[in-house]
Amino acid sequence: MSAAEEVVEGHQAVEAVPKRAMTLGTGTSLVVLAALLIAPVFVKNFIIFQMTMLLIYGLAVLALNILTGGSGQFSLGQSAFYAVGAYTTAVLMEHFNVNYALTLPIAGIVCFGFGFLFGQPALRLSGVYLALATFALATAMPQLLKLNFLEHWTGGVQGLVVTKPDAPFGLPMSQDMWLYYFTLVVVIAIYIFSVNLLRSRSGRAFMAIRDNEIAASAMGVDVALYKTLAFGVSAAITGIAGSLGAIAVQFVAPDSYTITLAISLFLGMVVGGVGWLPGSIVGAAFIIFVPNIAEGISKGLSGAVFGVLLFLVIYLVPHGARQVAILGQQLAGKLRKN
Amino acid sequence: MTQAQLAQGTSPLLAVRDVSVVFGGIIALNGVSFDMRKGQILGLIGPNGAGKTTLFNCLSRLYQPSSGDILMEGVSILSRPPHRIAEIGIGRTFQNVALFPNLTVMDNVRVGAHSKTSSDIISDSLRLAWVRRSETEVNKKVQEILAYLKLEDVAHTVVSGLPFGTQKRVELARALAADPKILLLDEPAGGLNHEEVYVLGDLIRRIRDDRHMTVLLVEHHMGLVMSIADHVVALNFGKKLAEGTPAQVQADPDVIKAYLGSKDQ
Repeated sequence: MSAAEEVVEGHQAVEAVPKRAMTLGTGTSLVVLAALLIAPVFVKNFIIFQMTMLLIYGLAVLALNILTGGSGQFSLGQSAFYAVGAYTTAVLMEHFNVNYALTLPIAGIVCFGFGFLFGQPALRLSGVYLALATFALATAMPQLLKLNFLEHWTGGVQGLVVTKPDAPFGLPMSQDMWLYYFTLVVVIAIYIFSVNLLRSRSGRAFMAIRDNEIAASAMGVDVALYKTLAFGVSAAITGIAGSLGAIAVQFVAPDSYTITLAISLFLGMVVGGVGWLPGSIVGAAFIIFVPNIAEGISKGLSGAVFGVLLFLVIYLVPHGARQVAILGQQLAGKLRKN
Repeated sequence: MTQAQLAQGTSPLLAVRDVSVVFGGIIALNGVSFDMRKGQILGLIGPNGAGKTTLFNCLSRLYQPSSGDILMEGVSILSRPPHRIAEIGIGRTFQNVALFPNLTVMDNVRVGAHSKTSSDIISDSLRLAWVRRSETEVNKKVQEILAYLKLEDVAHTVVSGLPFGTQKRVELARALAADPKILLLDEPAGGLNHEEVYVLGDLIRRIRDDRHMTVLLVEHHMGLVMSIADHVVALNFGKKLAEGTPAQVQADPDVIKAYLGSKDQ
């Protein structure tokens, strides 16, 4: 037995990688939540609108994070799911007078089905090949939405105008502010569900598949089922983000949902830190605000400036916002010791 | 041999019946048969390319035998997909450690309990009461296994940074989490030093005794197999060369020839 213990202890002298948290601590979460709750009171409607878009894109990045960070599958086709969600809401609201809030779960269910079905052929692909297949989906979607026989519902190239909802119960609130708080509630709920999911048996199955498919299968994980489920869940959340986006922008048109959107979301995920859910909001901020900053620096070369800024971020913090958070934590720890 | 054991009245836990595997024109396994009885440690030995890993992969359903059958408690396992092998009580470890490198030790072992539990994504997202109860039970079980294998101190460490020997124990813990009836170990001594191999042999025997398991040990390390196996099956070129107690197999002239080589080897 002593031999066993010697071996064991000898091993433990080696410093191993500590556990990396998937979420923020309770304290930090509460501070962020308070900031998100109070901020709209002090700013103009346009800024409130931008904050709403930040949450919406954050949600879409979170969805991609579950797929890529969770189950290890790449997707450059998230714009297609976003479009399906947006159009589901627009069509239901404008053609069938369905309440905007009710359209969200419907869009979620429609997109879950769509993502789950798309996940079936995607099962045979992995890595860059999967990225290419999803890329094809993203490229096809705007054209599908323009199809003649769908025009009666989708409005064709013209798109559809969506009516912005008023605050209910006569709350003294602008439409923008109401929509912001509505979005915030939806986003927080989905964030909590996502954290629960990734920490659960299903989430562990996702991550097991990401890390080693054969071993996962030997442990009884139905690899095909969980891979398609991950696609379905990711598509459902992206679709709900698309719904919220349609309501916030008050307009859906095929060319709002091109591959550019999918690439932006992918970028947002990388900048936020793959697999780190709170990073999604940071990634969303990057894809919304950094192009504006780049334009402020040079109108003619905004694309190049954006490229340089992106390069700097990837060079300095390859693991994105997660890395910054870890560094901050370590710094705080050191300060406390001194 | 088989008939003699059948005459004793105990039916085998696992029966390999005339299994052949053909890859293209190569016969990797040629009509191999043997039985595993409850509580046995069965050592499967043979030189490189003898077909040990092929047989192992048939048991874990990664390969489909070209002919023959594999029966677990009298029922064929060959119609089951690989992910439905764990639920009938067959657990395994891998030759060069196949853990989930980005997960903690605890989460790795929890995945091991996947086949013992059930859930769906909606209940998991909402953390419904029954999901929480099931998770509490899983955690209790995992803690017990980690303590049993002396892994508590690294429970919350990501496995990719752990030393090889520790990773091997984590893999064992992960396999135990499903309460398998049969534990398939694919070259567990590979990459371990002399002392570690000795500790491992002790551990395998302890697992068999404490946790009432039956162990199939595929191993290169003769010393380990001969010291802990109750029964040894020797393969060479896809065929069963000899079967019996370690002493019998060790004395078998064909086995000696296969290992030490005759003129043409």
